[in-house]
Amino acid sequence: MLKHLLVSAAILSVSLTSASAETIRWARAGDSITMDPHAQNEGPTHTLSHQIYDSLLQRDMAGSIIPSLATEWTALPNNPSVWRFKLRQGVTFHDGAKFDSEDVVFSLNRAKADGSEMKELLSSVKEVRAVDAYTVDIETNGANPLLVNNLTNMFIMDKGWSESNNVMTPHDVAKGETNFATMNTNGTGAFMLVSRAVDEKTILKANPNYWGKDIYPNQVTEIIYTPIQSSATRVAALLSGEVDLIQDVPVQDLGRVESSSGLKLATAAQNRVIFLGVDTANGPTADLRVRQAMNIAINRDSIKKVVMRGQSDPTGVIMPPFVNGWTEDLNKYPKYDVKMAKDLMAQAGYSNGFDIVLNCPNDRYVNDEAICQAVVGMMAQIGINVTLDAKPKAQHFPIAKGGESDFYMLGWGVPTFDSHYIFNFLVHTQTENRGSWNPTGYSNADVDAMIVSLESETDLAKRDATIAKIWAEVQKAQMYLPIHNQVLNWGMRDNIEFDVQPEDQPHFQFLKFK
Amino acid sequence: MLIIILRRLLQAVMVLLFVALISFLIFRFVGNPVESLLGQEATVAQRAALEDALGLNDPIYEQYANFVWRALQFDFGNSYRGALPVAELIALRLPATLELAITSAIFAVIFGVITGIYTAINRGSMMTNFILSTSLVGVSLPTFLIGVLLIWLFSVELNWLPSFGRGEVVDLGWWTTGYLTVSGLKSLILPSITLGLYQMTLIMRLTRAEMLEVLRQDYIRLAVALGQSKRQVYFFHALPNILIPVITITGLQLGSVIAFAIITETVFQWPGVGLLFINAVYFVDIPVMSAYLLLVGFAFVVINLVVDLLYLLIDPRLRDGQLRKEV
Repeated sequence: MLKHLLVSAAILSVSLTSASAETIRWARAGDSITMDPHAQNEGPTHTLSHQIYDSLLQRDMAGSIIPSLATEWTALPNNPSVWRFKLRQGVTFHDGAKFDSEDVVFSLNRAKADGSEMKELLSSVKEVRAVDAYTVDIETNGANPLLVNNLTNMFIMDKGWSESNNVMTPHDVAKGETNFATMNTNGTGAFMLVSRAVDEKTILKANPNYWGKDIYPNQVTEIIYTPIQSSATRVAALLSGEVDLIQDVPVQDLGRVESSSGLKLATAAQNRVIFLGVDTANGPTADLRVRQAMNIAINRDSIKKVVMRGQSDPTGVIMPPFVNGWTEDLNKYPKYDVKMAKDLMAQAGYSNGFDIVLNCPNDRYVNDEAICQAVVGMMAQIGINVTLDAKPKAQHFPIAKGGESDFYMLGWGVPTFDSHYIFNFLVHTQTENRGSWNPTGYSNADVDAMIVSLESETDLAKRDATIAKIWAEVQKAQMYLPIHNQVLNWGMRDNIEFDVQPEDQPHFQFLKFK
Repeated sequence: MLIIILRRLLQAVMVLLFVALISFLIFRFVGNPVESLLGQEATVAQRAALEDALGLNDPIYEQYANFVWRALQFDFGNSYRGALPVAELIALRLPATLELAITSAIFAVIFGVITGIYTAINRGSMMTNFILSTSLVGVSLPTFLIGVLLIWLFSVELNWLPSFGRGEVVDLGWWTTGYLTVSGLKSLILPSITLGLYQMTLIMRLTRAEMLEVLRQDYIRLAVALGQSKRQVYFFHALPNILIPVITITGLQLGSVIAFAIITETVFQWPGVGLLFINAVYFVDIPVMSAYLLLVGFAFVVINLVVDLLYLLIDPRLRDGQLRKEV
């Protein structure tokens, strides 16, 4: 009897440990730049921070906003420029310190400090106030109905820990500064940092006191994160079973991953649209008819089929489908029509075509250079002689942003999931604070005024009408030639249940094992 | 003898100063440090102040002298991306690259010399023909392709060896080593072969050619005629005489092994200085780029110097200064 008990106890303990020790080995192309959660505004950096730190509210695996450290939030009915957040109680940081409103006030001010890359997202914030230990008010300059959209990557640090380790402000990455928080963390998140070697290996283990233990599956007990830059090696590591999950599966290997036994591929539309910008101020492309001709000379279906191997959603608007303001109608892309394009070129007086340089990145978007090569061929059909200039992103972006290019490729993700983000950067006239990514020369005072009005319009129906109006203007002006929305692919063991997150941000507390 | 050594040292210093000049020009002119440091919102006054503080308004030769002086103290500034002093960053990564380079060099020398001697002694045998024809693969295939092929075969298909990384490493405080763990040693195999294959075939062909040449010499015939054993003839009379060219090539190749580790490190996600350099290029991390250039230049110069000095040890004629005019 005793023997029996012992054996079953042993079996039980074995099954328990195997169920409780679930390690996920995860690889993607790039590493996080810093563990300081406010020093960089960049995807892979936020992904790692999200495992360790929490924000007031966050996006779940489907992209919708859910409560995190704040349980409720609302704009005060009598004063729409103040948002009130009720904080979650009983939350502790990894070092055991209690989480309360003081930490929120401190963290948001830290994110607004010099050296922070998150400060633009908080530019409308006037003051952050603690009402009591678990209530915080954020006052904005004028009403900001979309404030919460800007808080999904705004991580909360412990004030006491930051004081004792002298990390009261973020380190300025561009100045080569570094601080204690670059390599050390103390968050409230589902995982705690165990060790980190930059570009090599980062190990996280489950936080035993995580507040979300009963809310999310929380089946992962350990994360081993290894950036693998070479895409062939990354896929090989998945195929050989050395890693369990990879992001950034190269399109040419999708079939390979899908057909391998024990592996599966999860696919979803990404929050990133790829398009070409055209100079509207000078040269032949200043003529609207030329831009229209170029737009219908792009064969989006064949780019999808040949270049992207089916892995893209062709679109007619520079807006991913998750974004507020997106409609089926806007998304419809024009019919590929060389004859009509040639007619338009002739009407514009360019029946013999012209020469233009297409600036293109070669290491930023999925098959970016190959898309540009395809466009070169398509433009040749209507007589436009395109010279392709493909460069690494570090060289490409200054060219594209600085207005030196008449024709360039750009991709755009919308972290706030609202059209205003697109307008503010890509449509507004290039000025000191706005339109920084609009080098096309497009400038329309009415549109600019409408864009600014979106920031304080609290009547959402009216706001949406204005958004629709601005989109109509953008579609008319055609300074951007949309190509497609990217599709995200994650490859993983087939015992993993994990949805592809539209921002390419895996949140491992949601992962389930079958 | 002393004069030869001094002359060699002087040459080495000149070369290093020249490499430092190129490295300095990159640092100073390719990326404007003021732009990188201040960002676009900076005012003209802030710019001027920083230019003064950095000494950018000093005469160019003074700036160069300062750069060299700081480089001598291993001060290359901070990495823009890694947010660490460049010297520290390189020191962190250097063990990985050196272990990889040394392992692949040992692999290349041992297998290169053995197969070279074997194919020279057993001319025309089946095995020789097989070795010679497969060695063509090593010479003609690009490194990254060999790496990917090895990964495909040994990691994906056979599942024997890891496809990326260094495995478990032991931290000795000033050095991290993969030599002390099983997974570390297993991780070394594929990258070392990838990196060393070209060198191995080169050494093999050189050894073979030299061996064939030496075996035709009169003194070898004499030794054979005197009835010495084959082993004695090959290893005591022939081998020492082929060592000079083999050492030269091996030494010079060690420099390129370190320099070209970039490709192997990228394919295998090997966390060495090569990977660091590639990332620095992506991020336009100028301090890291210029420090890396200096480091590789330094490695080449030191290795050449050591090879030259080894000549003196091995060849008594050089040591006596008899061939001074020809050196």
